[in-house]
Amino acid sequence: MSQGTLFDKVWDVHTVGTLPSGQTQLFIGLHLIHEVTSPQAFAMLRDRGLKVMFPERTVATADHIVPTENQARPFADVLAEEMMQAIEKNCKDNGITFHNIGSGNQGVVHVIAPEQGLTQPGMTIACGDSHTSTHGAFGAIAFGIGTSQVRDILASQTLALSKLKVRKIEVNGKLPKGVYAKDVILHVIRTLGVTGGVGYAYEFAGTTFEQMSMEERMTVCNMAIEGGARCGYVNPDAVTFEYLKGRDFAPKGTDWDKAVSWWQSLSSDANAQYDDVVIFDAAEIAPTVTWGITPGQGIGVNQQVPTTDSMPEGDRVLAEEAYRYMDLAPGQAIAGTKIDVCFIGSCTNGRISDLREAAKVAQGRQVAEGVKAFVVPGSERVKQQAEAEGLDKIFEAAGFEWREAGCSMCLAMNPDKLQGRQISASSSNRNFKGRQGSSSGRTLLMSPAMVAAAAVQGSVSDVRELL
Amino acid sequence: MSQVKSIAGRGIPLTGNDIDTDRIIPARFLRCVTFDGLGAQVFADDRAQTQGQHAFDQPQYQGATLLVVNRNFGCGSSREHAPQAIAKWGIKALIGESFAEIFFGNCVAMGVPCVTAAPADVQRLQSWLTELPQDPIKLDLEALEVYFGHNAAPVFMSEGVRNMFLNGTWDACGQLVAQIEQVRQTANRLPYVSWGQSASM
Repeated sequence: MSQGTLFDKVWDVHTVGTLPSGQTQLFIGLHLIHEVTSPQAFAMLRDRGLKVMFPERTVATADHIVPTENQARPFADVLAEEMMQAIEKNCKDNGITFHNIGSGNQGVVHVIAPEQGLTQPGMTIACGDSHTSTHGAFGAIAFGIGTSQVRDILASQTLALSKLKVRKIEVNGKLPKGVYAKDVILHVIRTLGVTGGVGYAYEFAGTTFEQMSMEERMTVCNMAIEGGARCGYVNPDAVTFEYLKGRDFAPKGTDWDKAVSWWQSLSSDANAQYDDVVIFDAAEIAPTVTWGITPGQGIGVNQQVPTTDSMPEGDRVLAEEAYRYMDLAPGQAIAGTKIDVCFIGSCTNGRISDLREAAKVAQGRQVAEGVKAFVVPGSERVKQQAEAEGLDKIFEAAGFEWREAGCSMCLAMNPDKLQGRQISASSSNRNFKGRQGSSSGRTLLMSPAMVAAAAVQGSVSDVRELL
Repeated sequence: MSQVKSIAGRGIPLTGNDIDTDRIIPARFLRCVTFDGLGAQVFADDRAQTQGQHAFDQPQYQGATLLVVNRNFGCGSSREHAPQAIAKWGIKALIGESFAEIFFGNCVAMGVPCVTAAPADVQRLQSWLTELPQDPIKLDLEALEVYFGHNAAPVFMSEGVRNMFLNGTWDACGQLVAQIEQVRQTANRLPYVSWGQSASM
């Protein structure tokens, strides 16, 4: 059993007590809600005559369903409009802060909470969205929950949970040029598998993560869930504190100094005990692309779609299904695969640094003929910052569409969808069948710079050759 | 709240590893403010593509209450719409090689037990249900066995979660709210609660 890790320390300090089932009642310091997984929770609360216990500890926005072209209300999609009205009313009735479209603070929930300084080290953070693991980048224990658990937090600010084991994932060394945080996490998932993390929290440690910016760390922790780990985290350090200082909800004045010393005390001890440790070498990581229908089916951009005899027996049936669905043959090079749509955005890679890297590749080049490429900033603030830097103009000059903030084609609940058998190069997090809005649509996951490279070449390309 | 000690009924086999929640309920069906109606949409795209051959469409499995699945069932999105859709279709319990963690937790909160069994036993049960779809099977949480025909296979569930079903305490909400004084005490000893960084400040 783990001991002395950040996970253990944060868990202990948030423990309210032990429930009769043996589960822990855990206090949740920050609860984030959005329009898709919360309306039923509020309805359950009303049915039971319960009220929101700590409304100041829940923060709301709308992201999943928002259109990225015409955001005028009412939305053209009446179902989406109904969901917007529900979250507006639920927040108003219960005294919950709601960052609405046009407020300047709206965006993907996992983008806006960090950028406002709501996400802080040592917190427990939950949201009805599996990519809540993102917030672990700050040294928080953050995880996705379902709607009944959203209800539980609204009613009590706590959850009934069983403690996770802790696996340390150590990556050391400097990332080669053209290799990004996205490639690191795709590499980890491809190595440990999509079920490898079930029952674990992932602690991302080692010099590679220490050298990463907060936004890069967020990309890594965001996809812990794709490796089966409900939460992933990085110990807080000077990079974390520097990012937080001065943000809207960061502690101020003397509180700041107290906060830093508390945060430092939470880092995993040098002699902490882990349930498992896995070590990687950054130099071995290449720009990575998924070829299949799970995020674990990834390969280096210069590799071939693997043959079944190269994989464990338990993975072969799924590989056969992936060859058929993706229309890719084993042994085929992934580079050169023709692309129809390029999507840059999402809670994984919709932050300002992601747009900067993609813009570097797009600058002075043109989106290939027949390719639809679009950029969806992760938040209104990201959009504003990008426009201040002229990134929108770079993208538009290259033939990309420049959109409003939201989740967009990561999960295609809004009008942004693949059509038919279209194949996308996407900076998002899931390549599941049908994920991007067409039941036969296909997704290749990669870094934002690699998506930009695919856009200008019209096919999967090694971004290192364009840098 | 009701105790869940055993579930008897007909079974439905659904083969395949890593069946994610986007496949269980595609995102376009999440455009709703209640869970009503999700039962009809469960596995919508998979069913459309298999043109009547999907287990959930086959006549012999209509009315089944026990779903038998393989590895990492329910991975991906945390959407409770997925287990809600399965439950509203009529499923009361799941038996599988393994489950994704958030999906498993959502099922517990809904009172739908998910038990695991050895891969060979799951596959044996799936074959049996393919050949004898009309024969009732029984999942016994007290004995931790699944019975089919004259066969039995051991199933697994952590002691704590099993007790929640046996004692009828799987809906934690009431228990959590009852501890509100202790919750306040915990909040008060967390330094950040008084730093004034919360949303309302």
